[in-house]
Amino acid sequence: MIDVLYFAWVRERIGLPKERVETEAATVAELIEELKAREDRYAMAFSDLASLRVAVDQDLTDFDAPLAGAREVAFFPPMTGG
Amino acid sequence: MGVRVQQEAFDAGAELNAFSSDVDGAGAVVTFNGVVRNDGGDMAGMEIEHYPGMTERALGQIRDEAMSRWSLEGALVIHRYGPLKPGDTIMMVATAARHRADAFAAAEFLMDYLKSRAPFWKKEARATGEEWVSSKQEDEDALDRWS
Repeated sequence: MIDVLYFAWVRERIGLPKERVETEAATVAELIEELKAREDRYAMAFSDLASLRVAVDQDLTDFDAPLAGAREVAFFPPMTGG
Repeated sequence: MGVRVQQEAFDAGAELNAFSSDVDGAGAVVTFNGVVRNDGGDMAGMEIEHYPGMTERALGQIRDEAMSRWSLEGALVIHRYGPLKPGDTIMMVATAARHRADAFAAAEFLMDYLKSRAPFWKKEARATGEEWVSSKQEDEDALDRWS
């Protein structure tokens, strides 16, 4: 089980901020494929990976990052702080 | 001194005075305040979303990096989240060093990194509706000069 978090327009498109996901995905990319297969709202949210960023256990990383031992994965658009 | 993420407004002048007295011996203190612009004249306000936990962690890492790159007596980052109105102060950074070059460079580094590496997202509310602010390529490009 892994906690999956969504922020900003990703959260709005999927319709929830956080969920627990039962997954055997080895990488972030595999997790994304599993989520996209669920429902249209996921497929839409993940349709353009260039407009998304991912953090695993609160560190920014890449879509090919491994999920072994990860507790938390977050998906969000490029950040706009400052 | 350090990193603070908060919803409440803060008094940038009072923060600067407190910071300056903590870094006794610094010859140079640089501060930057980010303020909500009234772009286009129809901005009703903005909502800043963030990733509790990661925000503090990312800002802490960025601050640590600044402290190790330059000879600083101190560095402070305060960033707000939640609803804000035009004219409200969003955030501030302050750096202190013996000489001004280090303080200016570290303040610019902190700003460049927290704009596109700290997990904040701005949503603007205008007369025409609400819209997430897009990230800018120039903000991403600004990081290149530090690598």
